[in-house]
Amino acid sequence: MSDRAARIAIVDYGMGNIGSVCHALDWLGARHTVSNRAAELEAAAGIILPGVGAFDAAMRNLHALGLVQLLTEEVVARGKLFLGICLGMQLLAKDSLENGFTEGLGWIDGHVRAIEPSNGLRVPHVGWNAVSVCQSHPLFQRVGDEPYFYFDHTYHLQCGEDWIAGWCDYGERCVAAVQKDRIFGVQFHPEKSQRNGLKLLRNFLNAVYDPQP
Amino acid sequence: MLKTRVIGVLAVKDEVVVQSIGFKQYLPVGVPSIAVEHLNRWGIDEIVLLDIHATLEGRRLRHDLVAEYSRHGQVPFAVGGGIGDIHDVERLIRAGADKVVVNTAAAAQPQLIAESAREFGNQCIVVSIDARRVGPGRYEAFTRSGRQATGRTPVELACVAERHGAGEIFLTSIDRDGSKAGYDADLITPVVEAVRIPVIVCGGVGRPVHLVEGIRLGASAVAAANFFHYTEHSVAVAKRYAENLGASVRLDTIVGYAGFEHNADGRLKKADDSVLEELRFVYIPEEVI
Repeated sequence: MSDRAARIAIVDYGMGNIGSVCHALDWLGARHTVSNRAAELEAAAGIILPGVGAFDAAMRNLHALGLVQLLTEEVVARGKLFLGICLGMQLLAKDSLENGFTEGLGWIDGHVRAIEPSNGLRVPHVGWNAVSVCQSHPLFQRVGDEPYFYFDHTYHLQCGEDWIAGWCDYGERCVAAVQKDRIFGVQFHPEKSQRNGLKLLRNFLNAVYDPQP
Repeated sequence: MLKTRVIGVLAVKDEVVVQSIGFKQYLPVGVPSIAVEHLNRWGIDEIVLLDIHATLEGRRLRHDLVAEYSRHGQVPFAVGGGIGDIHDVERLIRAGADKVVVNTAAAAQPQLIAESAREFGNQCIVVSIDARRVGPGRYEAFTRSGRQATGRTPVELACVAERHGAGEIFLTSIDRDGSKAGYDADLITPVVEAVRIPVIVCGGVGRPVHLVEGIRLGASAVAAANFFHYTEHSVAVAKRYAENLGASVRLDTIVGYAGFEHNADGRLKKADDSVLEELRFVYIPEEVI
């Protein structure tokens, strides 16, 4: 099955570097729409939740727009392919302590906590870091063994080994990528990671357009 | 392991990239979009674009222009110029910026840093400090394109910024701007020691060895503007040079200059004729993504 005309929906919830994500998808020639309306999210073949921002503000916006229920319906119940970027990945967790305790989407059993590197490294964790991919993973095809991606975050996701698809090293092991069924999340910014990032987004698009059994 | 970032700075004045010298003289270079495209292709780690006279002229950096510039590169893009309130931050992030750089407003109303950090996260707010030497070992921070004294030291301002939730400090030496004399160690060291957030240093790079010196001073990222202009593959060549001197930088470009030697100035030495002869017949296809 191949439906090239199908759109990727970028969730517009008042947060996130939506412009950058759009530019990367344009570069790849993918049809996309930026929206928070139910009809468009339901019609989309895949959903990207971008993120630059604070956890509590993001959840507040998602609730205010009625997106929590809508996304859960589309992604968890109907199994639509989903990619959360940076904050978009952290939102998958059950809760976060950024600016006080806030409940997240809760799709992955994990918690978001501040980075506390042991050896005096600076926080936020900003820059290009190598990702060790746990096993052969559909998102990390053609990017090499230790691909470099751009990270920029103050908090990180802590979750069970089962869901972790990639690690990075920043004083402690940080979760760089997660997967649970058809839900993907990456802590780094693929839209800002030059060729590696574009390849990762291409892999995501391939998964959307040509679903493997 | 985390690589040290090499950052390209684009000083923009009247929608043209300029080379700034001492914050006073400006030499036009070219169109910002093309500069972004080249830096991106040559393997820069991050781009900082500053509309250097926006505050002076009472303007704001136009977000439609940011959208246009941002389209040409897939690297982190920080923009600054005339940012006065949180709505400016939101507009710029939406248009295609990943971070914003705040200078004058950060010194005058640090609560803007706090407000923006709460909404967009700490990592999104870069506070820029322009400093000038005012006496032996004494520095003062300036705002409004280096025209207005703040009466405070760069260390004080950096600490205020950190306390209010800034994600990074972008520290520029006005004296060294365009001088090609290297980073100002006396300015950089106290700031790096005073804060726990990453510090980006800028001002004075004339040779690739200066980038390595900046890394050794403890900077989390080394930035240069004029240095990257008018030289083909300037970024890739400089990063290879830094790598050879033991710096940990990201070398991810198709043309990485592996095995090439540099002279004392950090310029590429001419390779042996046999190597060049062979290169004539090497076809490097662009990878399809």
